[in-house]
Amino acid sequence: MSEAASLAVSRDRTLDRLMGLAVYASALLVAGTFLWLLGDLLWHGAGRLSWSFLVSVPTNAGRAGGIGPILVSTLLILGVAVAAAVPLGLATAVLLAEFLERRSLFGRFVGLSLDVLAGVPSIVFGLFGNAFFCIFLGLGFSILSGGLTLACMALPILIRTAEASLRAVPDDWRLGCAALGLSRAAALRHVLLPAASSGLMAGLMLGIGRAMAETAALIFTSGYVDRMPSSLLDSGRALSLHIYDLSMNVAGGDANAYASALVLIGLLILINGTSLWLAERWLNQRILTL
Amino acid sequence: MTWSRRSISSPSHADARLAGVLSAAAGLAAAILVLIVLFLLRESWPVLEKVEWLRYLTDAAWHPSEGLFGLAPMLGATLASSAGALLLAGSLGVASALFCRFYAPSSIARQYRRLLALLAGIPSVVFGFWGLTELVPLIARWQPPGTSLLAAILILTLMILPTVALTADAALAAVPEGYLQGAAALGLSRSGTILGVALPAAKGGIVSGLLLAAGRALGEIMAVLMVAGNVVQTPHGLFDPVRTLTANIALEMAYATGEHRAALFVSGLVLTGLVMLLAGLALRQGGTRSHV
Amino acid sequence: MKLKAMTTTWRLMLVLALSTAPVSHAIEQKLVLTGSSTVAPLAGEIGKRFEQENPGVRVDVQSGGSSRGIADARSGLADIGLVSRALKPEEQDLKSFTIALDGIGIIVHRDNPVQTLTDAQIVAIYTGKITNWREVGGGERPITVVNKAEGRSTLELFLRHFQLKNSDIKAQVVIGENQQGIKTVAGNSGAIGYVSIGTAEYEASQGAPIRLLPMAGISASVENVRNGSFPLVRPLNLVTRVEPEGLVKRFIDFARSKAQDDLVQAQYFVPLAR
Repeated sequence: MSEAASLAVSRDRTLDRLMGLAVYASALLVAGTFLWLLGDLLWHGAGRLSWSFLVSVPTNAGRAGGIGPILVSTLLILGVAVAAAVPLGLATAVLLAEFLERRSLFGRFVGLSLDVLAGVPSIVFGLFGNAFFCIFLGLGFSILSGGLTLACMALPILIRTAEASLRAVPDDWRLGCAALGLSRAAALRHVLLPAASSGLMAGLMLGIGRAMAETAALIFTSGYVDRMPSSLLDSGRALSLHIYDLSMNVAGGDANAYASALVLIGLLILINGTSLWLAERWLNQRILTL
Repeated sequence: MTWSRRSISSPSHADARLAGVLSAAAGLAAAILVLIVLFLLRESWPVLEKVEWLRYLTDAAWHPSEGLFGLAPMLGATLASSAGALLLAGSLGVASALFCRFYAPSSIARQYRRLLALLAGIPSVVFGFWGLTELVPLIARWQPPGTSLLAAILILTLMILPTVALTADAALAAVPEGYLQGAAALGLSRSGTILGVALPAAKGGIVSGLLLAAGRALGEIMAVLMVAGNVVQTPHGLFDPVRTLTANIALEMAYATGEHRAALFVSGLVLTGLVMLLAGLALRQGGTRSHV
Repeated sequence: MKLKAMTTTWRLMLVLALSTAPVSHAIEQKLVLTGSSTVAPLAGEIGKRFEQENPGVRVDVQSGGSSRGIADARSGLADIGLVSRALKPEEQDLKSFTIALDGIGIIVHRDNPVQTLTDAQIVAIYTGKITNWREVGGGERPITVVNKAEGRSTLELFLRHFQLKNSDIKAQVVIGENQQGIKTVAGNSGAIGYVSIGTAEYEASQGAPIRLLPMAGISASVENVRNGSFPLVRPLNLVTRVEPEGLVKRFIDFARSKAQDDLVQAQYFVPLAR
């Protein structure tokens, strides 16, 4: 008995060691590759970064000057995308997680269609956005078209993550709310959504990340114009599109392309940080874990 | 135990209204896909009604201007690159999630998670550009031409890794504390707890993350366009340059007219169909919805 | 609480959107140009200068490819189409106006000892008959052939000049934009490709490890494109559906005038010889 037991223990220990090794190695590999990428960007682009780069207009086809109007366009497109996707996505996630049975037909149809939407190539989204938002709805090449198209692209990730985090909230809390006589709407507002807020934020960050990383979809919807937009119906170039143009289309645009990429990453850090802070604020205000 | 209209009844009118509003929203979200499919069908119709289905797989080559519509090599390339990336990203992603939940001290885990969230937002253009200027020359030194299936797999892995890792992390976080405590009480080793308790419990969330990542990998354009070589041929080895269906659409759409353009939309339909198949399979498994 | 945070966010975004509202001038006229991504940067710069000299006019440039330029000019979605080649026979219903020239030259990696290739050698390399640099006087290195994607104007020019069909070409790498070609050749010492001469000259001067090869004995330089001696040259065109008049005519004349030559050269194209 003891021999079998000690064999089992030592096998467990080797497995433990192997697994630990594998996990640490993977984490190091991933972190290392990302730092390599970031280092490359910093090496080539940090020289061009400055406050004037952030606010001045691009000149000489983007090779000189800055990215001021482009930043504004990007933020506006993002704003439109978030304003469209968050209410729609949250509503769908709440429906899927709270109101529908797991086996309901409508729920499965919505879930399936979201999974498929996640796999549609971005250029198809761009062409669809062009045909639907620009031509059919008459918005033309505009920030609005671009933002709405991006909202369509970010929805699947948003909904999936939101749904998962809502489902993760323990059922006891729902029963507690019911015991207190709260309507489901009130329970959602005061208890469930704050409890799921960290997961919701993770979904939002992934969705925003996906939106900001998009290029192909925006070529056909929000367009190429690098002027400061004067309204949401103006065409405006997004940062990712600017990076693409500078690195692939304009000779000598590499340095500014790298710098723009760094600005994009910086923007992401800012947005992610804000989202996390917001999530913690809600959670700490509503839920006391004893 | 979940709420359903039958088990916990709420007499509030607000709830009924809420359910109505939510259903409308969900319907809208689902309608987007329907619109896109209709759009794809409309644009590809000229070729769909002329060319029979089998020709897309059996035609000798892809030269739509000469009437040849062989999608098979590109389909093969898409499947190979996405499968390879899923394999790699799946293992590395789950390992990263395990790192965050079970191995790393919480401050390091927090920083690592932020790193991953950041990685998720880097544009595909930057990945492609970096791949073209750093990764491809490295591979070329080993085995020319450098732009290859391998490069595509590596770049795709880097791009879908955050999705897999972060959703797996969220799924592992949702594993009830009681399970892990029970495993400890039974004297299970760390690897035993992970392999026997945590991973099976988080399986649903992990599969859901893999599905999202698969969708992204299948639909990725810019990065593969820059590093995969774009030669229309069936890949016979990791170092063969290949062209995926998405890269094909991007390369040729700008200059295609008439039938050629419609043929490109057909390849878009094929891709959507592929993802539908994948999603349907996952649904059948029940993996996407179940959690403990 | 969540509702409050969300309304605050929406309020912030509204302010941001409104803060970019125009101070007060009415935009009277707008010109829309769509088409070739090669011509788009040049068109954008010319447009900006035109806007400066003609206040109240807006010139919007979108890309999407030469075919889109032709389609949009025909359908009226764009006032002017940008096309990076001469019009084809079936496009003769449109009017085209050349604003610049672009030469196409063969490039190899700087470390490649080969100094020149005959037309026959180039054809043999591109059709896969010669596969190693040793066969044309270079080192022992497999040749990586870089070709452009089907439908691109550069490819069509290349095929026409060497009398090939695209299905004859055996390439190892197929690229989309010029810069991709340059970076591919720069990263692979056995690669050969063809790109815009102006761009290649510039990149080489900035340290990219590439070299332009002469074609049929004529060295590939911007000078030789300008004086007409280089064989492989393409026009960059503005196309319209009808004979241009009014604002469109003013813009086209502006773009073709000598005063804009510096803009053409800044994009590494060649101004028209006048």
